[in-house]
Amino acid sequence: MRTRFFTTTIAIVGIVLFVRLFFLQIISDQYGDLSLKNSVLKHYIYPERGYIFDRNGSLLVSNQPMYDLMVIPKNLEPFDTLDLCKMLRLSKSELVERINKARRYSLRAPSVLLNQISKQDYAILQEKMWKFPGMYIQRKSVRDYQTEVAANLLGYISEVNNFDIRNNPYYVKGELIGRQGIEKTYEEVLRGTKGVSYLQRDKFNRIIGPYKDGTLDTLQVPAQDITLSIDIALQEYGTKLLTNKRGGILAIEPKTGEILMSVSTPTFDPNALVGRDRSSLFEALKQDTLNRYLFDRSLQGQYAPGSPFKVLNALVALEEGVVDAKTKFTCYSGHYYARNQFMACMCPLGTKNNLNRGIYKSCNTYFSNVYRRIIDKDNKVEENINNWHKHLNSFGLGNYLGYDHPVGQPGYVPNANFYNLWYPNQRWRGSTIVSNAIGQGEILMTPIQLANVAATIANRGFFYTPHFVKGIQGDFIDPKYKTKRATSISKEHFTNVIEGMADVVSKGTARVAGIRGIEVCGKTGTIENFTKIDGVRTQLTDHSVFIAFAPKDDPKIALAVIVENGYWGARWAAPIASLVIEKYLKGEVKRRWLENRMLNGSLEEEYAKVTSNKPFAINE
Amino acid sequence: MNKFLRFDWVALTLFLMLVGIGLVNIYSAVYDANNTAIAAGFMQKQLISLGIGFVLIFLFQFIDIKFFERYASILFLVSIVSLLGLWAFGTEVSGARSWYTIGGFSLQPSEFAKVAVALALAKHLGGFNTRIENVKDYTGAFVIMAIPAILTILQPDPGTAIVLLSFFLVLHAEGLPANFLYVMLGLFGLFILTLLVGVNPTLWTIGVLALFAYAYRRLRKEKKVLRPILLIGIMGAAFTLSVSYIFDNVFEQRHRDRFNILLGKEVDVRGVGYNINQSQIAIGSGRGLGKGYLQGTQTKGGFVPEQQTDYIFTTVGEEWGFLGTSLVLGLFIMLMMQIVKTAYKQKTTFSRVFCLGFACILLTHVGINLGMVVGLVPTIGIPLPLMSYGGSSLLAFSVFMGIYLRVYYQRIQ
Repeated sequence: MRTRFFTTTIAIVGIVLFVRLFFLQIISDQYGDLSLKNSVLKHYIYPERGYIFDRNGSLLVSNQPMYDLMVIPKNLEPFDTLDLCKMLRLSKSELVERINKARRYSLRAPSVLLNQISKQDYAILQEKMWKFPGMYIQRKSVRDYQTEVAANLLGYISEVNNFDIRNNPYYVKGELIGRQGIEKTYEEVLRGTKGVSYLQRDKFNRIIGPYKDGTLDTLQVPAQDITLSIDIALQEYGTKLLTNKRGGILAIEPKTGEILMSVSTPTFDPNALVGRDRSSLFEALKQDTLNRYLFDRSLQGQYAPGSPFKVLNALVALEEGVVDAKTKFTCYSGHYYARNQFMACMCPLGTKNNLNRGIYKSCNTYFSNVYRRIIDKDNKVEENINNWHKHLNSFGLGNYLGYDHPVGQPGYVPNANFYNLWYPNQRWRGSTIVSNAIGQGEILMTPIQLANVAATIANRGFFYTPHFVKGIQGDFIDPKYKTKRATSISKEHFTNVIEGMADVVSKGTARVAGIRGIEVCGKTGTIENFTKIDGVRTQLTDHSVFIAFAPKDDPKIALAVIVENGYWGARWAAPIASLVIEKYLKGEVKRRWLENRMLNGSLEEEYAKVTSNKPFAINE
Repeated sequence: MNKFLRFDWVALTLFLMLVGIGLVNIYSAVYDANNTAIAAGFMQKQLISLGIGFVLIFLFQFIDIKFFERYASILFLVSIVSLLGLWAFGTEVSGARSWYTIGGFSLQPSEFAKVAVALALAKHLGGFNTRIENVKDYTGAFVIMAIPAILTILQPDPGTAIVLLSFFLVLHAEGLPANFLYVMLGLFGLFILTLLVGVNPTLWTIGVLALFAYAYRRLRKEKKVLRPILLIGIMGAAFTLSVSYIFDNVFEQRHRDRFNILLGKEVDVRGVGYNINQSQIAIGSGRGLGKGYLQGTQTKGGFVPEQQTDYIFTTVGEEWGFLGTSLVLGLFIMLMMQIVKTAYKQKTTFSRVFCLGFACILLTHVGINLGMVVGLVPTIGIPLPLMSYGGSSLLAFSVFMGIYLRVYYQRIQ
């Protein structure tokens, strides 16, 4: 007899099981999550996405219903496939494939058979739904754009991807997120917060009731509507003016920093990105590397600023005391700034220009001399250029402006380090980098920066961070948009520069921009630019650029217009700016002839040159 | 001593507690908030079985143990006949012809065969001239175990067959030559090894072990060492080959899958590994104190198949946590220990062997069932005694309990 055998065996079995249970229930912590994943379904209740209005209260973006056709494969009965295929414009094999896919996913849980069915198709389908047991229609909400312009500005929403989900635990698969534009910046405002109810489901994925009697459920927080500072009429007008041209218009209300319009062309109808054809259309827009529809020229386009930059150099020079309003330089239709290095100018031979004439005649010689005086002052080039750099920084150049739109570029303003790298041992001075005097060279600016410079000059020395939002329901707006940002230029220096800019329109390079009864201040620009064609650096027709503000004494609008390869500034940019100002300040445009010239003018031929594979002439 | 005090109140209390916990958890496992009638139906059936069980326990207190000893052979024969009768009158449920259906109730004769075998073994070993060390006597005991085991395997119900064969432990406790246990353990080891690493490595292992054994014994200058080692080695190799053959050719795919899952050779949580995975999720997610009665998400969602029967312990684990599982485990261990303690206080071999048989059956059931739900043992479909839903099992254990209580009561005589 082995009297201890059973006691021992029972004890061993007991200990082994006890240890295993301790491990399963106390030590290991993976099973809790696994069981939640198994059996608890989070059901979300989404608040309706907030509306977007323009500054005058007209609705820009609302929501519209879209319909998904859902299927529960287990409940399917034989149906008229041909009928369904015809209504949905699907081939039979595609339908079968989709049903099989749903079947593989789950027999009892609903899957999407076809998503984003339009209202029209829904109307037909709904009548016949009784014929298709096992299918039903689920309503969901998508964006409805009430305007055909401002696609890049407003942005769009799309389904979250894995990256979004990893970054922000709020989102789960299948939800929508503001992907671009205002929709992205103000995602949280427009989205609200979804409510969650926890549901218990069974092994067939069926809902069998609330989980923990709903004690964990949370309520939704409604979304808020947004009022933009954009004037949609102006935006539409600007878009029309830029039709068949590539470029951008950006207008700011100087007193507040509110952005009145932000046009970039070529553009597309934002409604194109809603609905079933979205992905193919989006891909087409994205793939077009010539028109670059998704590239917002007014915010992202970095251009050499050209002649409008001269006014900044004038301001720096006045502030630094290297010239005053009376200082004169003689122009010999240009000048030699170094041996054999001639910079041409439009002035007649022997013209003596002071600040005022320098600006309204846009004299290259005058500004080259001014710039060299800034840089070469006391032979401290490094210190001087850094000082110049600092002044420009105070205008918001060389850095992101801080506006409320997700896209943008900082532009570029060189400093001493930059040139030390290019020309070691300090073998550079004002004449070396004289292109900067006339806004060519190394400087890069975006249209919004140009417009902001115009607004700053209009304000005589300060600006508010440009912004697109005027109000969020409940009147909240980020205080940073209400804070003055002063420049490092004293107020009195602006007077002379503004006089010069007024003369640009009254008797200078941009007389075409004059409007009866409104004193417009502006500055034209003609930007040399280059591209690479088959690896060869090729000069293209100049960009046409214009900055302006009006009226002179009580500025209500400041703007920058750039028309790519439009040749000289007064050819396209100045008239367009002038028409926009007239439209904004007077409500209607009287100069039909000018308007028609702009509306009907096309630069498509100019743009086609680059891809023509043939030699071509520029600036014709 | 007061007759009343001679009764085993401890065992009865443990028995009642386990049955009670069982009922509470069965209710939770079948509970459907939308249709409480379902749970009520289950409870009604189980309570009827329990009522009959109580009546049997009560009646058995008035039957002298000598009666069972005298009629053990007849009860055994009746049991064998009832197993044989399944071929003629049995009902097939999910592939196994193991049930008689009478009215609305089904009876599983193999459950009662456990009692019959326990009684028959007790009678056989308690015989006047029986000595377990004798070849004739232990062969007789093997036959008593083997006949019903073979009959249940043929149903096919391998789980019950394993339980019946576990009476081997009783024989060992009674003094069966130890070599049988070593052989059993050796075969078990070879079995696992073969499945885990395959035939050839196992054969190599046998060879190397044999060589070591030979060298060791030669060094100790023992004589006649080659032949027994060779014999054992060859038998081991033969067993390995036959295991591999049986596993691949006799076992059905579902059996193979169960072993493969357990040995970690296959992970398929949607297919054959579903049960074991879900039951571990249920138990593991209970953590320390459980999710609360009727709050188990796994239980409510019906993710664990057969939860009210073989997997009832997962409900305990999920809703009562480690507190509940260790309580249930503790109660079972206390009950078994109490029975073993009683066994060795008996004066007659018959009573002792019967008690050991009862303890052995409980141990096998608890060990295999709990081992299965926590993922230590392959899926073998046997219920958790006293707790699982099912009338036959509950009745059989009630019979065991009734006789046991009477044995305890009579130990002074």
